[in-house]
Amino acid sequence: MILEIKIAMLVLVIVCAVASITIKDLLGAAVVFGTYSFMMCLLWVSMAAVDVAFTEATIGAGISTVLMIAAVFRTTRRTKD
Amino acid sequence: MHELLAEFGNKFHYYGYFAIMMIGLYAMIAKTNLLKKCIGLGIFQTAIMLFYVSIGAKEGAGIPILDPAVGTADPAAYANPLPHVLMLTAIVVSVATLGVALALVQNIHRDHGTLEEDEILQRLRGK
Amino acid sequence: MKRLALFTVILAGVLFAATASEFPRLGDPDSAPSRHLSPAYIQGSLPQTHTPNFVTAVLGDYRGFDTMFETAVVFLAGMSCFFILRALRRRGLTEVYYYRHKPTGVVLAMLAPRRISPRTSCFERIDADWTPQDMVVETMCLFMVPFIQVFALYVIAHGHYSPGGGFQGGVLLAASFILVGLSRDLRTVESLLTEKTAILTAAAGVCLYAGTGLLALFFGGNFLDYGAYASFFGAAVPAARSMGILIVEIGVALTVMATLVTIYKLVSSRGTVEEGL
Repeated sequence: MILEIKIAMLVLVIVCAVASITIKDLLGAAVVFGTYSFMMCLLWVSMAAVDVAFTEATIGAGISTVLMIAAVFRTTRRTKD
Repeated sequence: MHELLAEFGNKFHYYGYFAIMMIGLYAMIAKTNLLKKCIGLGIFQTAIMLFYVSIGAKEGAGIPILDPAVGTADPAAYANPLPHVLMLTAIVVSVATLGVALALVQNIHRDHGTLEEDEILQRLRGK
Repeated sequence: MKRLALFTVILAGVLFAATASEFPRLGDPDSAPSRHLSPAYIQGSLPQTHTPNFVTAVLGDYRGFDTMFETAVVFLAGMSCFFILRALRRRGLTEVYYYRHKPTGVVLAMLAPRRISPRTSCFERIDADWTPQDMVVETMCLFMVPFIQVFALYVIAHGHYSPGGGFQGGVLLAASFILVGLSRDLRTVESLLTEKTAILTAAAGVCLYAGTGLLALFFGGNFLDYGAYASFFGAAVPAARSMGILIVEIGVALTVMATLVTIYKLVSSRGTVEEGL
Protein backbone atom coordinates (compact mmCIF):
# COMPACT_ATOMS: atom_id res chain seq x y z
CA MET A 1 0.00 0.00 0.00
CA ILE A 2 1.29 3.45 -0.89
CA LEU A 3 2.46 5.38 2.16
CA GLU A 4 0.84 8.69 1.14
CA ILE A 5 -2.60 7.04 0.88
CA LYS A 6 -2.13 5.55 4.35
CA ILE A 7 -1.24 8.96 5.78
CA ALA A 8 -4.24 10.55 4.03
CA MET A 9 -6.59 7.91 5.45
CA LEU A 10 -5.16 8.33 8.97
CA VAL A 11 -5.67 12.11 8.69
CA LEU A 12 -9.25 11.55 7.50
CA VAL A 13 -9.91 9.26 10.47
CA ILE A 14 -8.60 11.90 12.88
CA VAL A 15 -10.67 14.64 11.17
CA CYS A 16 -13.82 12.49 11.43
CA ALA A 17 -13.11 11.77 15.11
CA VAL A 18 -12.68 15.47 15.92
CA ALA A 19 -15.79 16.38 13.88
CA SER A 20 -18.01 13.77 15.54
CA ILE A 21 -17.25 15.07 19.04
CA THR A 22 -17.46 18.80 18.17
CA ILE A 23 -20.70 18.91 16.12
CA LYS A 24 -23.41 20.58 18.21
CA ASP A 25 -26.15 18.27 16.93
CA LEU A 26 -26.39 14.68 18.12
CA LEU A 27 -27.91 13.34 14.90
CA GLY A 28 -25.03 14.85 12.92
CA ALA A 29 -22.55 13.44 15.42
CA ALA A 30 -24.05 9.96 15.00
CA VAL A 31 -23.81 10.17 11.20
CA VAL A 32 -20.21 11.44 11.29
CA PHE A 33 -19.39 8.60 13.68
CA GLY A 34 -20.62 6.21 10.98
CA THR A 35 -18.30 7.92 8.49
CA TYR A 36 -15.46 7.53 11.00
CA SER A 37 -16.13 3.79 11.18
CA PHE A 38 -16.07 3.51 7.41
CA MET A 39 -12.74 5.37 7.17
CA MET A 40 -11.43 2.98 9.83
CA CYS A 41 -12.58 0.08 7.66
CA LEU A 42 -10.50 1.42 4.73
CA LEU A 43 -7.50 1.76 7.03
CA TRP A 44 -7.86 -1.89 8.02
CA VAL A 45 -8.00 -3.05 4.41
CA SER A 46 -4.70 -1.21 3.89
CA MET A 47 -3.22 -3.34 6.72
CA ALA A 48 -4.43 -6.59 5.03
CA ALA A 49 -6.96 -7.24 7.83
CA VAL A 50 -9.89 -8.11 5.57
CA ASP A 51 -11.95 -9.96 8.20
CA VAL A 52 -11.70 -7.03 10.61
CA ALA A 53 -12.60 -4.61 7.82
CA PHE A 54 -15.67 -6.68 6.91
CA THR A 55 -16.80 -6.74 10.54
CA GLU A 56 -16.23 -3.01 10.92
CA ALA A 57 -18.14 -2.22 7.72
CA THR A 58 -21.18 -4.23 8.84
CA ILE A 59 -21.11 -3.36 12.55
CA GLY A 60 -19.45 0.03 12.89
CA ALA A 61 -20.87 1.71 9.81
CA GLY A 62 -24.14 -0.27 9.80
CA ILE A 63 -25.66 -1.45 13.07
CA SER A 64 -24.04 0.93 15.55
CA THR A 65 -25.03 3.97 13.46
CA VAL A 66 -28.64 2.71 13.39
CA LEU A 67 -28.59 2.14 17.17
CA MET A 68 -27.13 5.60 17.77
CA ILE A 69 -29.73 7.26 15.53
CA ALA A 70 -32.49 5.29 17.29
CA ALA A 71 -31.23 6.52 20.66
CA VAL A 72 -31.09 10.14 19.41
CA PHE A 73 -34.61 9.78 17.99
CA ARG A 74 -35.94 8.49 21.32
CA THR A 75 -34.13 11.05 23.53
CA THR A 76 -33.13 14.46 22.20
CA ARG A 77 -31.06 16.06 19.46
CA ARG A 78 -30.06 19.03 21.59
CA THR A 79 -26.58 19.22 23.09
CA LYS A 80 -24.67 22.00 24.78
CA ASP A 81 -21.21 21.01 23.59
CA MET B 1 18.38 15.17 12.48
CA HIS B 2 17.97 12.95 9.44
CA GLU B 3 17.87 9.83 11.61
CA LEU B 4 15.24 11.44 13.80
CA LEU B 5 13.10 12.13 10.72
CA ALA B 6 13.54 8.56 9.50
CA GLU B 7 12.55 7.30 12.93
CA PHE B 8 9.46 9.51 12.80
CA GLY B 9 8.63 8.23 9.31
CA ASN B 10 8.72 4.64 10.56
CA LYS B 11 6.60 5.36 13.63
CA PHE B 12 4.21 8.03 12.31
CA HIS B 13 1.17 5.73 12.58
CA TYR B 14 1.65 5.31 16.33
CA TYR B 15 1.36 9.09 16.79
CA GLY B 16 -1.88 9.00 14.78
CA TYR B 17 -3.29 6.22 16.99
CA PHE B 18 -2.29 8.07 20.15
CA ALA B 19 -3.99 11.21 18.79
CA ILE B 20 -7.22 9.28 18.10
CA MET B 21 -7.05 7.67 21.54
CA MET B 22 -6.57 11.04 23.25
CA ILE B 23 -9.51 12.51 21.27
CA GLY B 24 -11.69 9.71 22.62
CA LEU B 25 -10.38 10.17 26.17
CA TYR B 26 -10.98 13.93 25.99
CA ALA B 27 -14.57 13.35 24.81
CA MET B 28 -15.16 10.95 27.70
CA ILE B 29 -13.77 13.37 30.30
CA ALA B 30 -14.75 16.84 29.11
CA LYS B 31 -18.01 16.46 27.16
CA THR B 32 -21.08 16.81 29.35
CA ASN B 33 -23.53 15.14 26.94
CA LEU B 34 -23.94 11.44 27.67
CA LEU B 35 -24.30 10.40 24.01
CA LYS B 36 -21.09 12.33 23.21
CA LYS B 37 -19.43 10.28 25.94
CA CYS B 38 -20.64 7.09 24.24
CA ILE B 39 -19.15 8.30 20.94
CA GLY B 40 -15.89 9.07 22.78
CA LEU B 41 -15.89 5.53 24.18
CA GLY B 42 -16.27 4.15 20.64
CA ILE B 43 -13.39 6.28 19.37
CA PHE B 44 -11.17 5.14 22.26
CA GLN B 45 -11.96 1.49 21.53
CA THR B 46 -11.21 1.77 17.81
CA ALA B 47 -7.86 3.46 18.56
CA ILE B 48 -6.79 0.46 20.65
CA MET B 49 -7.97 -1.92 17.91
CA LEU B 50 -5.93 0.03 15.31
CA PHE B 51 -2.86 -0.30 17.52
CA TYR B 52 -3.30 -4.07 17.82
CA VAL B 53 -3.89 -4.66 14.12
CA SER B 54 -0.94 -2.45 13.11
CA ILE B 55 1.33 -4.71 15.22
CA GLY B 56 0.29 -7.67 13.06
CA ALA B 57 0.87 -5.93 9.72
CA LYS B 58 3.85 -7.04 7.62
CA GLU B 59 5.46 -5.25 4.72
CA GLY B 60 4.47 -6.74 1.37
CA ALA B 61 2.35 -9.41 3.07
CA GLY B 62 -0.97 -10.56 1.65
CA ILE B 63 -4.27 -11.08 3.41
CA PRO B 64 -4.26 -13.98 5.91
CA ILE B 65 -5.95 -16.45 3.55
CA LEU B 66 -3.95 -19.27 2.02
CA ASP B 67 -2.86 -18.57 -1.55
CA PRO B 68 -2.03 -21.92 -3.24
CA ALA B 69 0.47 -20.16 -5.50
CA VAL B 70 2.43 -18.85 -2.50
CA GLY B 71 2.15 -21.72 -0.02
CA THR B 72 2.96 -21.54 3.67
CA ALA B 73 6.71 -22.12 3.53
CA ASP B 74 7.37 -18.44 4.31
CA PRO B 75 5.12 -17.06 7.08
CA ALA B 76 6.22 -13.50 6.19
CA ALA B 77 4.02 -13.73 3.07
CA TYR B 78 0.86 -13.45 5.20
CA ALA B 79 -0.23 -10.93 7.81
CA ASN B 80 -0.31 -12.11 11.42
CA PRO B 81 -3.83 -13.54 11.95
CA LEU B 82 -3.86 -13.43 15.77
CA PRO B 83 -4.48 -9.65 16.27
CA HIS B 84 -7.21 -9.84 13.60
CA VAL B 85 -9.07 -12.52 15.57
CA LEU B 86 -8.79 -10.65 18.87
CA MET B 87 -10.02 -7.38 17.38
CA LEU B 88 -12.80 -9.00 15.32
CA THR B 89 -14.46 -10.30 18.47
CA ALA B 90 -13.75 -7.00 20.25
CA ILE B 91 -15.70 -5.06 17.58
CA VAL B 92 -18.77 -7.29 18.00
CA VAL B 93 -18.60 -6.97 21.79
CA SER B 94 -18.20 -3.19 21.43
CA VAL B 95 -21.53 -2.86 19.57
CA ALA B 96 -23.27 -5.01 22.19
CA THR B 97 -21.90 -2.86 25.01
CA LEU B 98 -22.89 0.26 23.02
CA GLY B 99 -26.44 -1.11 23.10
CA VAL B 100 -26.29 -1.43 26.90
CA ALA B 101 -24.90 2.12 27.19
CA LEU B 102 -27.71 3.49 25.00
CA ALA B 103 -30.29 1.63 27.11
CA LEU B 104 -28.90 3.29 30.26
CA VAL B 105 -28.88 6.69 28.49
CA GLN B 106 -32.55 6.25 27.55
CA ASN B 107 -33.46 5.37 31.15
CA ILE B 108 -31.62 8.48 32.39
CA HIS B 109 -33.41 10.64 29.83
CA ARG B 110 -36.78 9.21 30.88
CA ASP B 111 -36.11 9.97 34.54
CA HIS B 112 -34.51 13.41 34.21
CA GLY B 113 -35.59 14.71 30.82
CA THR B 114 -32.08 15.74 29.81
CA LEU B 115 -28.81 14.22 28.67
CA GLU B 116 -26.51 16.96 30.05
CA GLU B 117 -24.43 15.69 32.93
CA ASP B 118 -24.36 19.00 34.85
CA GLU B 119 -28.15 19.44 34.66
CA ILE B 120 -28.67 15.87 35.92
CA LEU B 121 -26.28 16.57 38.83
CA GLN B 122 -28.19 19.76 39.66
CA ARG B 123 -31.47 17.88 39.67
CA LEU B 124 -30.02 15.17 41.89
CA ARG B 125 -28.65 17.75 44.37
CA GLY B 126 -31.91 19.69 44.36
CA LYS B 127 -33.91 16.68 45.50
CA MET C 1 -12.85 21.41 34.16
CA LYS C 2 -12.28 21.49 30.40
CA ARG C 3 -8.79 22.98 30.78
CA LEU C 4 -7.90 20.34 33.37
CA ALA C 5 -9.18 17.59 31.04
CA LEU C 6 -7.21 19.03 28.13
CA PHE C 7 -4.05 19.22 30.25
CA THR C 8 -4.48 15.61 31.45
CA VAL C 9 -5.12 14.35 27.95
CA ILE C 10 -2.13 16.17 26.45
CA LEU C 11 0.12 14.91 29.26
CA ALA C 12 -1.06 11.32 28.69
CA GLY C 13 -0.59 11.76 24.93
CA VAL C 14 3.01 13.00 25.37
CA LEU C 15 3.77 10.07 27.68
CA PHE C 16 2.35 7.64 25.13
CA ALA C 17 4.30 9.30 22.31
CA ALA C 18 7.50 8.93 24.34
CA THR C 19 7.00 5.16 24.36
CA ALA C 20 6.54 4.94 20.58
CA SER C 21 10.26 4.33 20.00
CA GLU C 22 9.95 0.98 21.80
CA PHE C 23 7.38 -0.40 19.37
CA PRO C 24 8.28 -2.17 16.10
CA ARG C 25 8.11 -0.06 12.95
CA LEU C 26 5.07 -0.43 10.68
CA GLY C 27 5.20 -3.65 8.66
CA ASP C 28 8.31 -5.12 10.30
CA PRO C 29 8.27 -8.87 9.43
CA ASP C 30 10.80 -9.59 12.23
CA SER C 31 8.87 -7.92 15.04
CA ALA C 32 8.31 -9.98 18.18
CA PRO C 33 4.56 -10.67 17.65
CA SER C 34 5.20 -11.94 14.11
CA ARG C 35 8.05 -14.28 15.04
CA HIS C 36 6.70 -16.51 17.79
CA LEU C 37 3.08 -17.60 17.48
CA SER C 38 2.01 -16.45 14.04
CA PRO C 39 4.18 -18.86 11.95
CA ALA C 40 2.67 -21.79 13.88
CA TYR C 41 -0.85 -20.63 13.03
CA ILE C 42 -0.04 -19.88 9.39
CA GLN C 43 1.77 -23.17 8.74
CA GLY C 44 -0.46 -25.37 10.88
CA SER C 45 -3.85 -24.14 9.76
CA LEU C 46 -4.25 -26.14 6.56
CA PRO C 47 -2.76 -29.49 7.67
CA GLN C 48 -4.42 -29.37 11.10
CA THR C 49 -7.88 -27.91 10.36
CA HIS C 50 -8.39 -27.93 6.57
CA THR C 51 -9.16 -24.22 6.71
CA PRO C 52 -7.38 -21.91 4.24
CA ASN C 53 -8.59 -18.79 6.07
CA PHE C 54 -6.20 -18.53 9.01
CA VAL C 55 -8.43 -16.05 10.82
CA THR C 56 -11.37 -18.50 10.88
CA ALA C 57 -9.09 -21.33 12.01
CA VAL C 58 -7.69 -19.29 14.90
CA LEU C 59 -11.15 -17.94 15.77
CA GLY C 60 -12.96 -21.26 15.80
CA ASP C 61 -10.34 -23.79 16.80
CA TYR C 62 -7.04 -22.52 18.21
CA ARG C 63 -8.72 -19.84 20.33
CA GLY C 64 -12.18 -21.41 20.53
CA PHE C 65 -12.41 -20.90 24.29
CA ASP C 66 -11.93 -17.15 23.84
CA THR C 67 -14.60 -16.94 21.14
CA MET C 68 -17.06 -18.98 23.24
CA PHE C 69 -16.94 -16.45 26.06
CA GLU C 70 -17.07 -13.50 23.62
CA THR C 71 -20.33 -15.02 22.33
CA ALA C 72 -21.54 -15.35 25.92
CA VAL C 73 -20.67 -11.66 26.49
CA VAL C 74 -22.76 -10.64 23.44
CA PHE C 75 -25.67 -12.71 24.77
CA LEU C 76 -25.31 -11.19 28.26
CA ALA C 77 -25.24 -7.67 26.78
CA GLY C 78 -28.52 -8.37 24.99
CA MET C 79 -30.05 -9.76 28.18
CA SER C 80 -28.92 -6.78 30.27
CA CYS C 81 -30.36 -4.43 27.63
CA PHE C 82 -33.65 -6.33 28.01
CA PHE C 83 -33.57 -6.05 31.80
CA ILE C 84 -32.60 -2.35 31.84
CA LEU C 85 -35.20 -1.19 29.33
CA ARG C 86 -38.05 -3.67 29.49
CA ALA C 87 -38.17 -5.83 32.62
CA LEU C 88 -37.42 -3.08 35.14
CA ARG C 89 -39.49 -0.28 33.63
CA ARG C 90 -41.91 1.46 35.91
CA ARG C 91 -45.60 0.80 35.49
CA GLY C 92 -48.10 3.54 34.91
CA LEU C 93 -46.53 5.22 31.90
CA THR C 94 -49.27 6.99 30.01
CA GLU C 95 -49.32 5.35 26.64
CA VAL C 96 -51.67 6.06 23.80
CA TYR C 97 -52.28 3.69 20.93
CA TYR C 98 -53.54 5.07 17.64
CA TYR C 99 -55.84 3.18 15.30
CA ARG C 100 -56.99 4.24 11.87
CA HIS C 101 -60.42 3.33 10.60
CA LYS C 102 -59.62 2.13 7.12
CA PRO C 103 -62.81 3.06 5.22
CA THR C 104 -63.05 6.63 6.55
CA GLY C 105 -59.46 7.44 7.54
CA VAL C 106 -60.55 8.62 10.99
CA VAL C 107 -57.85 8.09 13.64
CA LEU C 108 -58.83 6.89 17.12
CA ALA C 109 -56.61 7.38 20.20
CA MET C 110 -56.95 4.73 22.90
CA LEU C 111 -55.44 5.06 26.39
CA ALA C 112 -53.02 2.35 27.47
CA PRO C 113 -54.94 -0.62 28.87
CA ARG C 114 -57.67 -0.41 26.25
CA ARG C 115 -56.99 -1.75 22.80
CA ILE C 116 -58.83 -2.70 19.68
CA SER C 117 -58.48 -6.38 18.97
CA PRO C 118 -56.01 -6.97 16.12
CA ARG C 119 -58.59 -9.30 14.57
CA THR C 120 -60.88 -6.35 13.82
CA SER C 121 -60.36 -5.97 10.13
CA CYS C 122 -61.55 -2.39 9.62
CA PHE C 123 -59.03 -0.85 12.06
CA GLU C 124 -55.26 -0.80 11.63
CA ARG C 125 -52.68 0.13 14.23
CA ILE C 126 -50.47 3.13 13.34
CA ASP C 127 -47.47 4.71 15.08
CA ALA C 128 -47.84 7.88 17.14
CA ASP C 129 -45.44 9.74 14.84
CA TRP C 130 -46.86 8.06 11.79
CA THR C 131 -46.05 9.53 8.41
CA PRO C 132 -47.41 8.18 5.16
CA GLN C 133 -44.98 5.48 4.04
CA ASP C 134 -43.19 5.85 0.75
CA MET C 135 -44.17 2.90 -1.41
CA VAL C 136 -40.96 3.04 -3.47
CA VAL C 137 -38.69 2.92 -0.40
CA GLU C 138 -40.70 0.15 1.26
CA THR C 139 -40.91 -2.04 -1.86
CA MET C 140 -37.23 -1.68 -2.67
CA CYS C 141 -36.12 -2.39 0.92
CA LEU C 142 -38.30 -5.49 1.19
CA PHE C 143 -36.99 -6.57 -2.23
CA MET C 144 -33.41 -6.37 -0.91
CA VAL C 145 -34.06 -8.46 2.22
CA PRO C 146 -33.88 -11.99 0.70
CA PHE C 147 -30.67 -11.14 -1.12
CA ILE C 148 -29.08 -9.86 2.08
CA GLN C 149 -30.09 -13.06 3.87
CA VAL C 150 -28.75 -15.34 1.15
CA PHE C 151 -25.48 -13.39 1.18
CA ALA C 152 -25.37 -13.72 4.97
CA LEU C 153 -25.77 -17.51 4.75
CA TYR C 154 -22.99 -17.56 2.12
CA VAL C 155 -20.74 -15.53 4.41
CA ILE C 156 -21.35 -17.95 7.31
CA ALA C 157 -20.85 -21.12 5.26
CA HIS C 158 -17.95 -19.84 3.15
CA GLY C 159 -16.03 -18.35 6.07
CA HIS C 160 -13.43 -21.11 5.78
CA TYR C 161 -12.32 -19.96 2.34
CA SER C 162 -13.01 -16.22 2.18
CA PRO C 163 -13.32 -13.30 4.60
CA GLY C 164 -16.36 -13.87 6.76
CA GLY C 165 -17.67 -16.19 9.40
CA GLY C 166 -20.24 -16.37 12.14
CA PHE C 167 -19.90 -12.82 13.45
CA GLN C 168 -20.19 -11.09 10.07
CA GLY C 169 -22.96 -13.39 8.82
CA GLY C 170 -24.94 -12.93 12.02
CA VAL C 171 -24.66 -9.16 11.75
CA LEU C 172 -25.84 -9.28 8.12
CA LEU C 173 -28.87 -11.39 9.14
CA ALA C 174 -29.66 -8.87 11.89
CA ALA C 175 -29.27 -6.04 9.36
CA SER C 176 -31.92 -7.64 7.13
CA PHE C 177 -34.41 -7.64 10.02
CA ILE C 178 -33.49 -4.06 10.94
CA LEU C 179 -34.05 -3.02 7.31
CA VAL C 180 -37.59 -4.40 7.54
CA GLY C 181 -38.06 -2.45 10.77
CA LEU C 182 -36.81 0.77 9.21
CA SER C 183 -38.75 0.56 5.97
CA ARG C 184 -42.02 -0.86 7.39
CA ASP C 185 -42.60 -0.76 11.13
CA LEU C 186 -41.50 -2.55 14.27
CA ARG C 187 -44.61 -4.72 14.48
CA THR C 188 -43.66 -6.46 11.22
CA VAL C 189 -40.27 -7.37 12.72
CA GLU C 190 -42.02 -8.50 15.89
CA SER C 191 -44.27 -10.81 13.88
CA LEU C 192 -41.27 -12.22 11.99
CA LEU C 193 -39.02 -12.71 15.02
CA THR C 194 -40.81 -12.29 18.33
CA GLU C 195 -38.93 -11.25 21.44
CA LYS C 196 -39.29 -14.68 23.01
CA THR C 197 -37.99 -16.45 19.90
CA ALA C 198 -35.10 -14.00 19.63
CA ILE C 199 -33.92 -14.54 23.20
CA LEU C 200 -34.36 -18.31 22.90
CA THR C 201 -32.38 -18.24 19.62
CA ALA C 202 -29.57 -16.27 21.28
CA ALA C 203 -29.44 -18.77 24.16
CA ALA C 204 -29.55 -21.67 21.68
CA GLY C 205 -26.52 -20.23 19.86
CA VAL C 206 -24.43 -20.11 23.03
CA CYS C 207 -25.64 -23.61 23.97
CA LEU C 208 -24.76 -24.91 20.49
CA TYR C 209 -21.23 -23.59 20.90
CA ALA C 210 -20.74 -24.84 24.46
CA GLY C 211 -22.54 -28.11 23.66
CA THR C 212 -20.23 -28.80 20.73
CA GLY C 213 -17.31 -28.34 23.10
CA LEU C 214 -18.86 -30.46 25.82
CA LEU C 215 -19.82 -33.30 23.50
CA ALA C 216 -16.17 -33.65 22.49
CA LEU C 217 -15.48 -34.86 26.04
CA PHE C 218 -17.74 -37.87 25.47
CA PHE C 219 -15.87 -38.76 22.27
CA GLY C 220 -12.64 -38.89 24.23
CA GLY C 221 -11.20 -35.49 23.32
CA ASN C 222 -10.58 -32.30 25.27
CA PHE C 223 -13.17 -29.53 25.69
CA LEU C 224 -13.68 -27.86 22.27
CA ASP C 225 -11.35 -30.36 20.56
CA TYR C 226 -13.37 -31.03 17.42
CA GLY C 227 -10.84 -33.58 16.23
CA ALA C 228 -12.58 -36.05 18.55
CA TYR C 229 -15.57 -36.10 16.18
CA ALA C 230 -13.52 -37.83 13.48
CA SER C 231 -15.18 -41.19 14.15
CA PHE C 232 -18.65 -39.58 14.25
CA PHE C 233 -18.27 -37.81 10.89
CA GLY C 234 -16.36 -40.74 9.44
CA ALA C 235 -13.63 -38.40 8.23
CA ALA C 236 -10.00 -37.61 9.00
CA VAL C 237 -9.17 -35.50 12.05
CA PRO C 238 -8.51 -32.22 10.12
CA ALA C 239 -11.81 -32.56 8.22
CA ALA C 240 -13.64 -33.14 11.52
CA ARG C 241 -12.06 -29.96 12.90
CA SER C 242 -13.28 -28.08 9.83
CA MET C 243 -16.82 -29.37 10.44
CA GLY C 244 -16.59 -28.40 14.12
CA ILE C 245 -15.57 -24.85 13.18
CA LEU C 246 -18.63 -24.64 10.89
CA ILE C 247 -20.97 -25.77 13.70
CA VAL C 248 -19.65 -23.23 16.21
CA GLU C 249 -19.78 -20.48 13.56
CA ILE C 250 -23.49 -21.25 13.12
CA GLY C 251 -23.94 -20.96 16.90
CA VAL C 252 -22.13 -17.59 16.91
CA ALA C 253 -24.27 -16.36 14.00
CA LEU C 254 -27.53 -17.29 15.80
CA THR C 255 -26.48 -15.49 18.98
CA VAL C 256 -25.24 -12.34 17.23
CA MET C 257 -28.32 -12.09 14.98
CA ALA C 258 -30.87 -12.54 17.77
CA THR C 259 -29.03 -10.27 20.21
CA LEU C 260 -28.63 -7.40 17.76
CA VAL C 261 -32.28 -7.59 16.66
CA THR C 262 -33.35 -7.57 20.33
CA ILE C 263 -31.16 -4.55 21.12
CA TYR C 264 -32.49 -2.68 18.07
CA LYS C 265 -36.11 -3.41 19.01
CA LEU C 266 -35.61 -2.24 22.59
CA VAL C 267 -33.53 0.87 21.86
CA SER C 268 -35.70 2.09 18.98
CA SER C 269 -38.95 1.77 20.96
CA ARG C 270 -37.85 3.00 24.42
CA GLY C 271 -38.28 -0.55 25.73
CA THR C 272 -41.94 -0.98 24.85
CA VAL C 273 -41.45 -2.88 21.57
CA GLU C 274 -44.61 -1.20 20.27
CA GLU C 275 -43.53 1.61 17.99
CA GLY C 276 -40.18 1.79 16.27
CA LEU C 277 -38.41 4.39 14.17
